[in-house]
Amino acid sequence: MSFIQRNVRTWMLTELLTGMAKSFSYMFKRRSTINYPYEKGPLSPRFRGEHALRRYASGEERCIACKLCEAVCPAQAITIEAEPREDGSRRTTRYDLDMTKCIYCGFCQEACPVDAIVEGPNFEYATETREELFYNKDKLLANGDRWENEIAANIAVDTPYR
Amino acid sequence: MPTLTVDGIEVTVEPGQTVLQACEAVGVEIPRFCYHDRLEIAGNCRMCLVEMEGGPPKPIASCAMPAGDNMVIKTNTPAVKKAREGVMEFLLINHPLDCPICDQGGECDLQDQSMAYGKDHSRYHEVKRAVKDKNLGPLIKTTMTRCIHCTRCVRFITDVAGVEELGAVFRGEHTEIGTYVEAALTSELQGNLIDLCPVGALTSKPYAFTARPWELRHTETIDVHDAVGSNIRVDTRGRQVMRVLPLLNEDINEEWISDKTRFACDGLAKRRLDAVYVKRDGKLQQSSWDAGFDAVKERLEGLEGSKIAAIAGDLACAESMTALKDLMSALGSANIDCRQDGAKIGNGARGGYLFNTTIAGIENADFCLLVGTDPRHEASILNARLRKRYLKGDFTIYSVGAELDATYPVTELGAGSDVLKEIIAGRHDVCARMVEAERGMIIVGQDALARSDGEQVLAGLKTIAEKTDIVTSDWNGFNVLHNAAARVAGLDLGMIPGEGGLDVAGIQSAAGKGDLDVVFLLGADEIDTSVFGNAFVVYIGSHGDNGAHHADVVLPAAAYTEKPGTYVNTEGRVQRTERAAFPPGDGREDWTILRALSERLGQTLPYDSLPELRARMIEIAPQLASIDEITTTEWGDFGKAGDLSADAFEGSGTSYYLSNPICRASDTMAECSDLSTNTAGGATGTHG
Repeated sequence: MSFIQRNVRTWMLTELLTGMAKSFSYMFKRRSTINYPYEKGPLSPRFRGEHALRRYASGEERCIACKLCEAVCPAQAITIEAEPREDGSRRTTRYDLDMTKCIYCGFCQEACPVDAIVEGPNFEYATETREELFYNKDKLLANGDRWENEIAANIAVDTPYR
Repeated sequence: MPTLTVDGIEVTVEPGQTVLQACEAVGVEIPRFCYHDRLEIAGNCRMCLVEMEGGPPKPIASCAMPAGDNMVIKTNTPAVKKAREGVMEFLLINHPLDCPICDQGGECDLQDQSMAYGKDHSRYHEVKRAVKDKNLGPLIKTTMTRCIHCTRCVRFITDVAGVEELGAVFRGEHTEIGTYVEAALTSELQGNLIDLCPVGALTSKPYAFTARPWELRHTETIDVHDAVGSNIRVDTRGRQVMRVLPLLNEDINEEWISDKTRFACDGLAKRRLDAVYVKRDGKLQQSSWDAGFDAVKERLEGLEGSKIAAIAGDLACAESMTALKDLMSALGSANIDCRQDGAKIGNGARGGYLFNTTIAGIENADFCLLVGTDPRHEASILNARLRKRYLKGDFTIYSVGAELDATYPVTELGAGSDVLKEIIAGRHDVCARMVEAERGMIIVGQDALARSDGEQVLAGLKTIAEKTDIVTSDWNGFNVLHNAAARVAGLDLGMIPGEGGLDVAGIQSAAGKGDLDVVFLLGADEIDTSVFGNAFVVYIGSHGDNGAHHADVVLPAAAYTEKPGTYVNTEGRVQRTERAAFPPGDGREDWTILRALSERLGQTLPYDSLPELRARMIEIAPQLASIDEITTTEWGDFGKAGDLSADAFEGSGTSYYLSNPICRASDTMAECSDLSTNTAGGATGTHG
């Protein structure tokens, strides 16, 4: 580029005007940001967010303490202890999930034969302390109760591909 | 010997072996469910199908087909693959596929073999069979819907355990395994059914749902609940022992273990001593090691050796007994003993207190005389060997002593000592049989030796054994059957009263009279500890049992799964335990406690490490150096000639399920004991 050409461009403010034109054109386009947290983007039904333990419609917990999730977990974030419940069925007495270890790979929900442990659509569970991220069975079951509608809908949508 | 070809490889097998065994000999794996090396052949699962050239135009069941000369067997043809897939599909038709809630999951033959030989999908959409679960007692949990009718359990309980309590009723798809009339199994080998069951129909009740096989850490060690020294695998999860399984050892336990060995492991977590306790104001109070040692030191200050005594218990390892013996001799005391039941043995040749025939040697015997022993409850595994020998035929068993509930026919000669007197004198009818027998056996139990005339019984039996050629240069049929795992090692180490020393009964009465000031108990719980009077009792052990109740200082030690220790079984076979977990709380290995105490007392024992201690142990008893071998045993003088007392032989009355502190701490064993005492002789509801 010649010396003259460059000087003309500079003195005519071409670059500045091009830039302003670009900015101006965006005023008529659709916004690409959303007003989080008041607005939220779409999520895939396969989104892997906060974990939950589900129940059957009867209120019976689904988890049967098979420990496959514990075995498959690559981060070893799950700890389970089990014993026979009073009615003789196989249940967990402890289901701990260390959310600080979890890498959200989703293997636990893939391993689960009864769709008990699932990664739900919730991703807003930041906490102020580390300890709050050590989930126990009560917390996970409460999550399941709270998110059951969304989780069930997601599973229904994804069923043909499973 | 038949020579046949398996997949193009020629192999020669023993006559009478099956095609399946021939296939195994060339290294070809044949899937199977009903076939088991140590059980009768049933041939009912059909999983072992192979093709035979020139045979019938259908696959043959290799487990039930005797290997013949010039057979040509093919195991890898498409037809065999299809046959296996077909059998597997049929087996899975009525199998519930509830692997996630099944305890067998992860170690299941059906799972493994359907992965390896089955189809990848099922074509069955109809209703599956459901079977009501049976109640087989407190040890075995049943889920009979999972049963594939291999009948291994029926064959085991009938042949090996020797109690005909299980059977199959109905036919075909409706077959059910059960006891017919609901009743708990009474065998003390029933735990082996859990290992034998190829699916999850029979699983362990105490272990139910508590762990998965992939979470467990395995430690190969040995058992100390009886004097057989069964080889076991201890499975731990974290610091807790979850279960005990048998390990193969052809010379001792084959692949079985007794229920006490298998199910008493929950006692390792209960009633444990996990801190030092010192008695203050008449109460045991938690304390520190320093305070505990100080209390012992204070009491021992300026005491003569003759005022001190020590008793080693039934579960003590050779290492701790070595340390205790050395400490006692440093303190100048000869009052040591390891024979809590008061058996009069250990003086004289080593052959006088061993099971000289060896357990595997039982299979070569042709005559057996039991004297004051109940092998079924004292050494169940050894009893299984006796039954195995009986099933081969030409084996007669006689018994002198309390009436037996044996798993083989026994000719009871009576419990009176006059019977034994006649046998010893050579006047009894059975003596003729003893002379006739080429390889006769005499098994003497502790009940016969723990009498006042124990030494005379021993000497008398030795005489008659030599006279009737039961002991010759190439066959030793004289056997002492022990109940305590620590006993043989204790006798090897000379853990018996020295010159002028007191034995257990002597220690008890002397302490009661005030002649003894300090008594050390190394896990000694089988004696009456309330009779020690004002003597200062130091208890070193793992469980809060009889010994700890009357102790003045309690020092917490390790149980057999928590220390590397040496034990000698009743045959004189030296074996070692391994550490599977750590003792709870402040517990330490027994010998380290004695070593630390000796330093505090100013009598420091000259070893700082286990190898050094073992060197000292081998110095005292050189035979302890040869691990897992039977060394040639000296045969010499033992016992004391003399007249027998007129008392009849009686059983000791100890419950099989509650024979040591670990068992007594176990809930499972308590349940079994309740059941056995409540049903024995009681109404069943169907009799009369």
